[in-house]
Amino acid sequence: MDLSAINPVLLIAALMVAATPILLAAIGELVVEKAGVLNLGVEGMMITGAIAGLAISVETGSPLIGFLCAAIGGALLSLIFAVLVLYFLSNQVATGLALTLFGLGLSSMMGQGYQGVKPPLTEKMNLLGLGDLPVVGPILFGHDWIVYLSITLVIGVWAFLKFTRAGLILRSVGENAEAAHALGYKVNLIRMGAIAFGGACAGVGGAYISMVRVPQWVDGMTAGAGWIALALVVFGAWRAGRVMVGAYLFGGITVLQLNLQAAGVAIPVEYLSMSPYLITILVLVLISAGRARALGAPAALGQTFHASR
Amino acid sequence: MDALLKIDSVTKAYPGVVANDQVDLEIKPGEIHALLGENGAGKSTLVKMMYGLVKPDSGQMIWEGASYAPADPRAARAAGIAMVFQHFSLFDALTVAENIALGMETPPKTRELSRQIKEVSETYGLPLNPDRTVGTLSAGERQRVEIIRCLLQNPRLLIMDEPTSVLTPQEVDVLFKTLRTLSEEGTAILYISHKLEEIRALCEAATILRGGKVVATCDPRKESARGMAEMMVGQTFATPKRAGETAAGDAVLAVTNLSLPRSSPFATELKDVSLTVGAGEILGIGGVAGNGQDELLSALSGEVRVRAGAVTLDGKKIGDLAPRARRAAGLCVAPEERLGHAAAPTLSLVDNAFLTADVREGLSHRGFIKWGKARDYAKRVIQEFDVRTPSEDVAAQALSGGNLQKFVMGREMMQRPKALVINQPTWGVDAAAAARIRQELMTLADDGVALVVISQDLDELREIATTFAALNGGELSETRPMWGLSMDEIGLMLGGSAGEAA
Repeated sequence: MDLSAINPVLLIAALMVAATPILLAAIGELVVEKAGVLNLGVEGMMITGAIAGLAISVETGSPLIGFLCAAIGGALLSLIFAVLVLYFLSNQVATGLALTLFGLGLSSMMGQGYQGVKPPLTEKMNLLGLGDLPVVGPILFGHDWIVYLSITLVIGVWAFLKFTRAGLILRSVGENAEAAHALGYKVNLIRMGAIAFGGACAGVGGAYISMVRVPQWVDGMTAGAGWIALALVVFGAWRAGRVMVGAYLFGGITVLQLNLQAAGVAIPVEYLSMSPYLITILVLVLISAGRARALGAPAALGQTFHASR
Repeated sequence: MDALLKIDSVTKAYPGVVANDQVDLEIKPGEIHALLGENGAGKSTLVKMMYGLVKPDSGQMIWEGASYAPADPRAARAAGIAMVFQHFSLFDALTVAENIALGMETPPKTRELSRQIKEVSETYGLPLNPDRTVGTLSAGERQRVEIIRCLLQNPRLLIMDEPTSVLTPQEVDVLFKTLRTLSEEGTAILYISHKLEEIRALCEAATILRGGKVVATCDPRKESARGMAEMMVGQTFATPKRAGETAAGDAVLAVTNLSLPRSSPFATELKDVSLTVGAGEILGIGGVAGNGQDELLSALSGEVRVRAGAVTLDGKKIGDLAPRARRAAGLCVAPEERLGHAAAPTLSLVDNAFLTADVREGLSHRGFIKWGKARDYAKRVIQEFDVRTPSEDVAAQALSGGNLQKFVMGREMMQRPKALVINQPTWGVDAAAAARIRQELMTLADDGVALVVISQDLDELREIATTFAALNGGELSETRPMWGLSMDEIGLMLGGSAGEAA
């Protein structure tokens, strides 16, 4: 066993990469749930984004177009969910689960010709030319643009929900759809927009796995990341900041346990593998126990709304 | 004076029912106009059309001399019509200022808005802190939020849907003062209510709807409450009468020093509640919603288990028993929310009858349901309580509120309980059905059942209760005989200051 082989700077830089897919998916789902819709199809939208992004970037040779198409793919898939739930009033939980199964099957079919194909490289940036600084360089300035996009999105979503009128309206729809409707807000349109945003975020998150983290196509490669993103939203008490803490915690422990496995620590591999899930949920439960969580949950979450009532 | 709003033979039909049939209505500037009618008479449809939530099929509306057809509530608000809703219009998790901002077209910056809220609330004597979370406010304070939200837009017409159903008498006085001030300043008010005495005290004109049609217009100051009630119902009806003055018998149901911590942030904590009810006694428990009624009911029903000795029935300790065991012992309960609490909405009336009557009526044997017996029981309830339903096999949610209430009440009463606890026996029920339910409650008491009636309708409690206690912030006042208790004293008890009054 050789723990000195673990370099803390590389570890932190790697955990940000590991956390980015679930952070993206979770921040999108946060907005969806704040609008009162529970979309359990995150996993399906992620894997669809993963194959869409990989396939398009391989064909065009441009990672940017790949990510763009991943966002569009995720959003399109989520719109199927949106139409079923908002206009055909189907059950949100069942429809969300179906979306996940559909996404897994669809991606597997689309990925037939791409097994093991490598996507074009998404280049690391050298932000402000500071990427070569010791310690802070690789951690703060040396990532690819998607990592910065995910952080910008977290701050943007936080500010949108807290300070803007549009954010207030979105929260009101998730809090009490009947009241929002009575005040003249277009509940279904607002929810539709939120669902599409969530789908796009999940799509980009999925594409990040297939195009940067792994990077190649493997069937079912999101491996439950979408479910972790869903759990993060709940245990993070529907707050952007806590969701980010949770995502980085999960990413950190994932990377750390991989390093520990490599270093040959005398803990069975199974325990190490389950540790990210256990520790993340435990920590988030502890920080948002009691009142805070009950107050964070949108009151109308998961309820079907129909204007005739 | 020209009319502010003129409704000209407006008709609106829904599949299977004509909600408004050639309705005419005229509201003058500065007038307080009452809109009266039973449940389902078409009042809400009419105001929803004024507020742009529903579009009329035919007919027209004229606002200040020009044709008026609002596409949505925003258009109505822009024209100068504001509405205070009975339900569904506030967001619990948001602050007062955020709630108000949501109801405005172009809200000012938060700080400026807070200043305006304080200013308006002081002008009209409606104190309110803009930074409080709405979920922590009392019903009266919530209504202030709605009223101030409307007033900030300087409306010409203010529509109020059942505004006093959740207020204490003192809060009603404050509200009426505010409304009169507004009326003097030239704002017209359309006032919807079931409470005829209030309308007589407040309104200058009234339009009465029945079955979607205007059946009368009158000056409520010159009519009797009974006269207006009969115009609403279209028939005369008897006021419930007690068979004879009954002295309360031995204590049947007793609650001793019951305390219950709150189960959620918006729940109320019960503090050291004690009460006793004797055979033949009807204990009325008054209080504004959210002061512990639901919590008290769940402790009595067994949905929440408490210390064994905290609840006793005929001297037996039943506080730690589950609902079925309590029913077996003779304590039946009918909660307030009909759909989802008292009855399962999608199950048939037979199923629903079985669910609570199983234990006392022996409707099952070794875990198998005796369908014949269950059906007979449901049929008996339907017949005895005049429940209007095509058959006993329809889903509970298909019944109108009043009919389902009759069914739910009848289902408990016909189990011959020793003690019966009811929350809001006539909530949302029209006058004729309400009178019938009250009559049945009194008959049951005459038969020696101990009754606890929790209600926000003080007139109802004054009519049927023999003793009275008030719930305030989870504390129950001392029990006093209803006879000789004045409205002022009741108001003080509700406000939690009974000790000072005595």
